[in-house]
Amino acid sequence: MMVNQFLLIAALLFSLGVYGLLVRRNVVMVLLAVELMLNAVNINLVAFEAALRSSMAVGQIFSLFVITVAAAEVGIGLAIVLLIFRNRQSANVDDFDLMKY
Amino acid sequence: MKSVFVLAAEEAPHGAVELASGGVLAQWAGLMLVLPFAAFLLIIWRGKHMKYKGAEFAIGAMAVNLVMATALFISNMVEGIFHEEHFEIAKIGLWEGKNLIFELGWVVDGLSIMMYFVVSFVGLLVFLYAVGYMHGDVRVTWFFASLCLFAGSMLVLVGSANLVQLIIGWEGVGVASYLLIGHYWEQKENSSAAIKAFLVNKVADVGLVLGAIYVGLSLGDFRFSTLERAAVEGDAVLAGVAAAAGLLLFFGAMGKSAQFPLHIWLPDAMAGPTPVSALMHAATMVTAGIYLMARTFPLYQNLAGDIEILGSLDVRGLMVIVGAITLFGMGLLALVADDIKKVLAYSTVSQLGYMMTAVAAGGYTAGLFHLFTHAFFKALLFLGAGSVIHAVHSNNMSDMGGLRKDMPTTFWTFSIGSLALAGIIPLAGFWSKDEILATLDYEGYQAVMWIAVAGAFVTAFYMTRAVALTFFGTYKGHGQPHESPSIMTTPLIALAVPSVIVGFFNVPGVKLGGLGNFTEWVGARSVPMGDHHAEAIDWRLAAFGLAAGLGGIIVGWLIFGRDAETQAARDKVEVPVLYPLLRQKYYMDHAALGVTGFIKGPTARAVNWINTYVIDGVVNGVGAVVKALGGLVYNGLDQRGVDGIFNGIAAGSDSAGRALSRLQTGRVQNYATGFVVGALVLVLIVVVAA
Repeated sequence: MMVNQFLLIAALLFSLGVYGLLVRRNVVMVLLAVELMLNAVNINLVAFEAALRSSMAVGQIFSLFVITVAAAEVGIGLAIVLLIFRNRQSANVDDFDLMKY
Repeated sequence: MKSVFVLAAEEAPHGAVELASGGVLAQWAGLMLVLPFAAFLLIIWRGKHMKYKGAEFAIGAMAVNLVMATALFISNMVEGIFHEEHFEIAKIGLWEGKNLIFELGWVVDGLSIMMYFVVSFVGLLVFLYAVGYMHGDVRVTWFFASLCLFAGSMLVLVGSANLVQLIIGWEGVGVASYLLIGHYWEQKENSSAAIKAFLVNKVADVGLVLGAIYVGLSLGDFRFSTLERAAVEGDAVLAGVAAAAGLLLFFGAMGKSAQFPLHIWLPDAMAGPTPVSALMHAATMVTAGIYLMARTFPLYQNLAGDIEILGSLDVRGLMVIVGAITLFGMGLLALVADDIKKVLAYSTVSQLGYMMTAVAAGGYTAGLFHLFTHAFFKALLFLGAGSVIHAVHSNNMSDMGGLRKDMPTTFWTFSIGSLALAGIIPLAGFWSKDEILATLDYEGYQAVMWIAVAGAFVTAFYMTRAVALTFFGTYKGHGQPHESPSIMTTPLIALAVPSVIVGFFNVPGVKLGGLGNFTEWVGARSVPMGDHHAEAIDWRLAAFGLAAGLGGIIVGWLIFGRDAETQAARDKVEVPVLYPLLRQKYYMDHAALGVTGFIKGPTARAVNWINTYVIDGVVNGVGAVVKALGGLVYNGLDQRGVDGIFNGIAAGSDSAGRALSRLQTGRVQNYATGFVVGALVLVLIVVVAA
């Protein structure tokens, strides 16, 4: 079985995520971009599991874990975004410079 | 109680009865030394709240002391006493294998008993007198406290069984003297007099301290009993140091006992209240020097004709000459003083000269007997003078006159004192002065004896002058003088009695029944004193002394008595050269000021110049070099080198931190960019490496 096409899709998806992460100013969009990157990794895991025919189904188990962690991460992330928005009346990531020197 | 040492002398002196231990009385004699100090503390503590401002404590302590001293005095009459107690306080150190020990204690023998009695007797009467005299005065409580301090120190001095304790008492009376002379310190001249007394005594004290150290180190022991025994046994070590140590101790005695030329403090000490003058500067404190000579008498006995200095003059000859100058030259000064207390002060100096001459010539008993009689009649004279001063509010005889009708008790007692001092038979002064003349005659100091006879003439002369100017003629002062209250006249009468009778204590060859005589009483020492005693009175010498005394009175009366009312009476006898010389006190004060002035003036300036330009120059030069070197090290090495390194590191860290902190934008996406770039670089490295 060929894995290249899957890897290509995943790389594309990851690059889109990186791009979104770096250029989007809306913090919700940034979080969505992070999700894209995570899912690109999931595609890779599943593709390699299928290609290598592992009897343990490690890739699938791992991707399930990633999905769980991503869900938790989004939960926390959205909660933080919500609180910052309440304080600053803004969802623009450029306004979030509390950790400046 | 450590090292209690009791000694009964094996050989009784002068064939007297063997010395007794003195029993419980002697064992508790130390109480007399302590009681005045207890009274001092009580006065300080409670005195201000008492009716008589603390005098009660002083008088109480003195009364107890007098009872003990009298009991001892009588016991000593019956049977000679010798008893010592030593309490080891500290080990001072080792000297040539001998342990030097600092001890306190007391000695009870004929000499100290006599002094206990004199100090307590005169002390008690003066304390009583002072209650009246100082009534309503400033700082009465402190006055009595100081008097107690004095009495205690004096008893510590005379009761001491060793030289170290003697010095403690000696300095104690010096301090008390300083405090009491300067009692009215608001006036500058009074505090100056106090300082003068203290400083002159300090000069002499150097001699005492050095002498004591010299004797103590030579014998390995500071006890008098050791010194006495060594002297009597002819100890070679002691004989070697005796001349020098004797001179040093004599120098100490010269200060306290106001011997020429260290007498200059005593007339000025009259700035103190009159009771102080009576007790300290007439009866007791100034006799401390004579006491020291008597206490160390065996040391001087050994010196007789042994060691010669200044050609044919030996140490004792020198001492006799100092005493002779003092007794005659200072007596003359009393002739011109207007201040009645100064008259008595110079008289005291002169009489101390008699005592010193006698003791130095070898008349242990003669000197002490004069000390004993003099204490009574001179205290009497001072208290009488105080009574007059109290009445007329002036010290000057030019403000007095005609007081015999207004103050009969003072007049009669003062006259008795004057006659006793002038040496008129049968009063006390006649017998003691006669004994001194006899001693000088026997010991071969004929020339000095004639000076002493001349001194007796002068004594009678100035006392007649004082009596005439004070009690005869017309009153020249202000207000109406009255007789003093009975608390002041009673001590006068109480002192007049011994001034009359104590002379009979030592009529040559006569003993008072089973009680012996003064010679035996003060002869009760651990060793025999070995001085000469005449078997019978030498009427030839007595006649000289008596004639001198009567002559002085007659001449004095002829000059001052007949027209004592006029000031001119005194000027009439002004001898051209002598009078100004005497008025200026032989320029002794000028000489002393010259010496101190030379020290203060040219010497001090020279020293100052050397100090400023030589010593300071060297010191400043060294300082400047060190400072320059320091500057070099500081600026070059420390500031630029060491500090530069650390400052550079700090500055570098600081600027680096400031620059790098720019990276901390706080923006998440900047960090993410860096993260991605970093990851890409890693990927690139992996790809290239592969």
